Amino acid sequence: MKKFKIPKWSIGVALGVIFLVLGAFGDQFAEIYRKAVMICLECIGIG
Amino acid sequence: MKKFTPARIRTWFQIIYTIMTNGYAYGFLKGKIYKGPLKYACVPGLNCYSCPGAVASCPLGALQNALNKRNFEVPFAVLGFFFIFGSVFGRFVCGWLCPFGLVQDLLHKIPLFKKRKQLPKHHILKYGKYVTLVGMVLIGSVFLFTGFAKIPAFCKFLCPSGTLFGAIPLLSTNKMLQGQIGGLFFWKLAVLIAIVLLSIKVYRPFCQYLCPLGAIYGWFNKFSLVQIRWEKDSCVSCGKCQEACPVNLSPEQISVSSECIRCGKCVDACPANCLKFCGKREK
Repeated sequence: MKKFKIPKWSIGVALGVIFLVLGAFGDQFAEIYRKAVMICLECIGIG
Repeated sequence: MKKFTPARIRTWFQIIYTIMTNGYAYGFLKGKIYKGPLKYACVPGLNCYSCPGAVASCPLGALQNALNKRNFEVPFAVLGFFFIFGSVFGRFVCGWLCPFGLVQDLLHKIPLFKKRKQLPKHHILKYGKYVTLVGMVLIGSVFLFTGFAKIPAFCKFLCPSGTLFGAIPLLSTNKMLQGQIGGLFFWKLAVLIAIVLLSIKVYRPFCQYLCPLGAIYGWFNKFSLVQIRWEKDSCVSCGKCQEACPVNLSPEQISVSSECIRCGKCVDACPANCLKFCGKREK
C-alpha cells in the first residue's frame, strides 16, 4: 500500500498560519500597520 | 500564433502585479503615502512601504521594525507571512512578484554593454545575500543604535527599493522632506545608481548577491508548492535550458537550487518538453 506523506510545503503553510495567529494575539499586525502608515525616514535616506 | 509560455507572460504579469500593489496614484501626486487597512498585511516581494503608491507593507521593513523593539519578542506575524509565501511560492516571488526584480529585468533588456549572467567569483559572491540577511537585517536591527534607538540597518544603508520607489517620488513632490536631504540620502542614491548600472550588464545583481528576501525564499525553494519539474527520462541533454537560464543552472539544479527564481525561461527553451511548471503534488 502506498504510504501517504504530508507534503513539506503544506507543513510550512500550516506553520505560517499558526505564526499569523500568534502574531495577531501579540498585537503584531497593529505594529506592522503603525510603521507602514508613517513615512519611514530611514527607508528614504533622510532619517 | 504565438504560444503563451511562462517567460512570455512573465513581464506583463510583473508589470500588472507591480501596478496593483503600488496603485495608490493620489500618493504620487501629493507626496503622501497610503494609510488604509491593507497595510496590516505584507506583500511577498521587496516593496518599500514608504513608496507613495504602496498599498501594503514591506516584509523586510516589518521584520526589522519588529526587531527594533526595545524588548525582544519573536516577530510571529512577519514570520507567518514568510512561511506562507515561501512554502507556496519559494523564489517564484523573486521572479514574478517583486517590483525591484522587475526593474532589474527591464534594465537588463537595455542594449548596452556586453551582457553577463553572473559576476566573476559568483560562487563566493552569491553568499552575499546571506551575509546581508544575518549582518544587516537580523544582527544589525537588534544591535545597531543611533543614540538610544535601534535602526533598521538594511533599509537605512542598503535598500535600493526604498530609494527608487520611496525616496525619489516622495522627495520630488514633498517640499518639507526636500529640506532634510543629507549625506545618507546621497549614499543611498549612490548604491541605487551602482545597482542600476550593474543591472544593465549583469542579470539581477541585487537579487543574486545582496537581497535578504532572496536568501529567505531560497531556503523554501526545494520544497515549495510551485516547482519546475525536470523529467530526466525524456531529456535529450541538449543544454538549451542552461543556456537560457539567466542564473546559469543545469536541469539537475533547477528544481533544488536556492538560486532558481522560477522565471520559466528553461521551460520555454526545452525542445523535448521535459521541463514543466508544476505544483509539488504532481511529482
